[in-house]
Amino acid sequence: MRLLRMLLVLLAVGFAMPLAAEEDPFAGLASQSFDEVSAAVGTLAASGNPRAAAVIGAMRNDALYADDDGNLYIQSGDDWLEARTGKKAADVDADSLSEVRINNAVRRAIAAAMGGIDLFSPEAAVRAHAAQAVFDAHDPAALPALQKAVAAEKNAAVLRTLKQAEAAVILATPDSTDADRLSAIAVLRARGDIQARARLADLTGASPAVAAAARDAMTALDREQQMWGLAQSVFYGLSLGSVLLLAAAGLAITFGVMGVINMAHGEMVMLGAYTTYVVQGLMRDIAPGLMGWSLPLAVPLAFLVSGAVGVVIERGLIRFLYGRPLETLLATWGLSLILQQAVRSIFGASNRDVTTPDWMSGAAQWGGLTITWNRLVIIIFAALVIAALMAALRWTSLGLSMRAVTQNRRMAAAMGIRTPWIDALTFGLGSGVAGIAGVALSQIDNVSPNLGQGYIIDSFMVVVFGGVGNLWGTVVSALTLGIVNKFLEPVAGAVLGKIVVLVLLILFIQRRPRGMFPLKGRAAEA
Amino acid sequence: MKTSQRPPETLLYLDDVTVNFDGFRALNQLSLVLLKGEMRAVIGPNGAGKTTMMDVITGRTRPDSGRVEFAGGVDLTRLDEPAIAQLGIGRKFQKPTVFERQTVWDNFLLALAGDRRPRFTLWARETSEEQDRIAELLKVTKLSEHAYREAGALSHGQKQWLEIGMLLAQDPQLLLVDEPVAGMTDAETAQTAELLREINRSHSVVVVEHDMDFVRALGVKVTVLHEGSVLSEGSIDHVSADPRVIEVYLGR
Amino acid sequence: MNRFATSLCLVLVLAGALALGLLDLLPPAGSPWHVSPYVVSLAGKYLCYAMLALSVDLVWGFAGILSLGHAAFFAMGGYAMGMYLMRQIGTRGVYGNAVLPDFMVFLNWKALPWYWHGFDNPMFAGLMVMAVPGVVALVFGWLAFRSRVTGVYLSIITQALTYALQLAFFRNDMGFGGNNGLTDFKDLLGYPVAARTTQVGLLWASAAALALALLVCRGIVSSRFGRVLVAVRDAESRTRFLGYRPESYMLFVWVISAIIAGIGGALYVPQVGIINPSEFAPANSIEAVVWVAVGGRGTLVGAVLGAILVSAGKTFLTGALPEIWLFALGALFIVVTLFLPRGIVGLFRRRRALSPLPGPEPAE
Repeated sequence: MRLLRMLLVLLAVGFAMPLAAEEDPFAGLASQSFDEVSAAVGTLAASGNPRAAAVIGAMRNDALYADDDGNLYIQSGDDWLEARTGKKAADVDADSLSEVRINNAVRRAIAAAMGGIDLFSPEAAVRAHAAQAVFDAHDPAALPALQKAVAAEKNAAVLRTLKQAEAAVILATPDSTDADRLSAIAVLRARGDIQARARLADLTGASPAVAAAARDAMTALDREQQMWGLAQSVFYGLSLGSVLLLAAAGLAITFGVMGVINMAHGEMVMLGAYTTYVVQGLMRDIAPGLMGWSLPLAVPLAFLVSGAVGVVIERGLIRFLYGRPLETLLATWGLSLILQQAVRSIFGASNRDVTTPDWMSGAAQWGGLTITWNRLVIIIFAALVIAALMAALRWTSLGLSMRAVTQNRRMAAAMGIRTPWIDALTFGLGSGVAGIAGVALSQIDNVSPNLGQGYIIDSFMVVVFGGVGNLWGTVVSALTLGIVNKFLEPVAGAVLGKIVVLVLLILFIQRRPRGMFPLKGRAAEA
Repeated sequence: MKTSQRPPETLLYLDDVTVNFDGFRALNQLSLVLLKGEMRAVIGPNGAGKTTMMDVITGRTRPDSGRVEFAGGVDLTRLDEPAIAQLGIGRKFQKPTVFERQTVWDNFLLALAGDRRPRFTLWARETSEEQDRIAELLKVTKLSEHAYREAGALSHGQKQWLEIGMLLAQDPQLLLVDEPVAGMTDAETAQTAELLREINRSHSVVVVEHDMDFVRALGVKVTVLHEGSVLSEGSIDHVSADPRVIEVYLGR
Repeated sequence: MNRFATSLCLVLVLAGALALGLLDLLPPAGSPWHVSPYVVSLAGKYLCYAMLALSVDLVWGFAGILSLGHAAFFAMGGYAMGMYLMRQIGTRGVYGNAVLPDFMVFLNWKALPWYWHGFDNPMFAGLMVMAVPGVVALVFGWLAFRSRVTGVYLSIITQALTYALQLAFFRNDMGFGGNNGLTDFKDLLGYPVAARTTQVGLLWASAAALALALLVCRGIVSSRFGRVLVAVRDAESRTRFLGYRPESYMLFVWVISAIIAGIGGALYVPQVGIINPSEFAPANSIEAVVWVAVGGRGTLVGAVLGAILVSAGKTFLTGALPEIWLFALGALFIVVTLFLPRGIVGLFRRRRALSPLPGPEPAE
């Protein structure tokens, strides 16, 4: 901070006496006195000389040399360049040159100078960055330099940041006029973030009118912040909700539609995540260029892997236990232990590394809202999976058979539907969807043998809360739980929030054992 | 408060009872009056609301509207199943439901009228009166030889009788009997009709039945239900001559 | 048959515990008759597990309530005992604070939280060992049974309950030592916890408690109450139409069962020397269910047998072939449910025995 301040003072001095003395901007750099060198760096930086950046940069890299006459040269590989012009210098006697002397004070001056120069850098991004730095420092001394930069700026975005920095500086300057301050407040109000609010809050010794304007602006900003915070919570909640939805969607089929308590459901999710890991491992070896496509490729494979395991489980275990839900629960729990241990034996107990493709990394800023791409992708993905699932149940002949079998097994059998086959396929579908969920979860959770266990209770809660056998109910329930969870978190903390949600759910199930959207009528009574 | 408007011997009084299941109207403004000591047969095609009516009387289903009163104005719609059972309404289900893993003797013991609270049953010992009563019931239901067999091992007809016997053990004021002769042989059916008439000497009974011969054998007033309301009421000859009944049963 | 099996089980448990204890104390260390303290503490642990299994069987075998959260009651009893043991440490802790346990000093707490008061008194702590699980079970059961939550739904919310408790006990500000739980115990009723004589005493106490619990359970299930309970298990709605309130019956055994589990947990903690939130893990509760399934659901004796056999198997396998243990446990679940629905005890029983056996789930 102090460095910047020093720089800005120097800049101010430089702009206050614009080349009045026609002083040589390069003078003093070769001086033997560190103080003089420091001062010279500041002067050069403030001069606006086009070579300033190159020369000071060279100093930083210990590449600036001077001969006995004070002529400056920059070492560039084996060549020597004239510091003032940047042209190649001929006939330089390297032995007669000595390095420009630098100590820590000079280094600080150089660093500060490079920052100040950035306000005038040809790169827009560098200028914007520098403007933000000035905003953060909001040192009154920076005002003249800022004003010069504002006058020279062509880029609208950078200009806005510069003006905001100017506004921040004006508010921090004790003797600025009320008119200036009012317009500065307006600028900060328009900026609208927490930093702007901090600048307004720091305003002291202002006239009543200005203070009132600042207060109003702060109130408005607070309200805006609240709205953005709310929107952010909703986004996080949707994101968590879609994760829950993905985890529960398969269960909504196996438990909701078929009534099978599959405690190994989490392991189907886990298998999907490991499929992603294996797919990425193979692609790294075979086609490293296509890594961006690893997830789209993993989705169908995970569906097939988990779906196939699901069919095997149904044929090998669950079909012997229909009508005995508690036994099914125990047997599938045993199965989940076996699957976990099997994966642990094959892949090891530690977390496996699944990479996130570039197109899923990063975040977008939209007003006060931060939207991370991977979360957004998962929300969209969950929506697609549910839509596909509903479409499959509704319009495919498999879906028709499934609905027929679950509604009236004997009648369906009489109509020539092979019910055992449909049972196996339905269970495979639910398991396959769980596998797809695993692909998505591998992006936000640790891929370990215990991955599934973390979701099993939540998944059951989602399905039960939404009403068994009702896919829409599952969707509403997952999103509701996600959002409630995220709204509780800031109040209660993450763990306590989760506990509160669990307890609320337990109470809810006791009030309405059949969930939010129960199936009614005689069928439900049976 | 309004009980004085009705004959004092009214035991069960349903007025304007409606039950909806998701838009499906299981009972539609059903009204029915049963006198003390009466036996009534309720018939009707599938989906006429017979079982729903029993559910409403025994507290399993809450009506959306209407009044259900018992024995001088007790509002049954405010009570749950155990409370209604303790008031003296016993129910036999369509499918025989006895406690299959327990002996016939224990089934009767569980059904015997008495204190139903845990604090009593935890310390209760079989009294000699209870043993006498169970022996008597075993005789009535012709199950004496099977007293110590598991109920699950009985034949279908024996289970039906065991269940009727359990109803008797409860000694209720009103018995609701759902299709007691379904799946019985002709001889068993005749015996069952006899048993019900016997029971009717000391209890009021509502019998829901499909079997017209059986209803005729009972020789009591008949109520015909259709689409949740009473279609016709009277003697079996009267209702079987009613053109609306004929239309419902035989189609156009 | 039942009376015989129960008596046999009682004799075996009591005599076995007595013999093991004496063989640890009396013969010199080199003698072939000598039983190592390790075996004594293992046996004591198994007997506590057997109490947990017994409590699960009481509700699952006779009332049809499959609890997937019973280890929570076990852990609550354990924590109540752990709190007493923590208070007995006194100034011998690392920080030497006479009142506050070490972890509270470490968290910079200035005073004992209100719910820790009284636990320095063994009578009070003993009462809490039963009261805490009992009251939690009462509240939970009252809510659940009154609203007729049964079957799988009940199983899932019991699992959610223990999961929520586990998360809660992980938190430092709950005041139960967070992640590390309660440990470094010194004295129990004035005797050093780690001493051999104390451990033998605990083994005997566990055997006596298990015997008593077995007698209480047997008494309950063979009373008329027990018959109503089995009737509730097999045809809940039918019992309602007979005028019984199934919820009262379920609630009563549910609370008794939680108390038995709590006592088991309380005896367990001084024998293993630690109680931490992992005792709340849903997997623990489900393991307890498999003990019962292996031994034979609805037989009480089978629960004791199953708990001891499976736990012994676990000790052996996790020592000899740690990779295999989860495979074995998983396979056990499947094999028992598919091929051995009556458990080990069922193998020795004639079909159509008079006693109640596990029936189909309630129709509702």
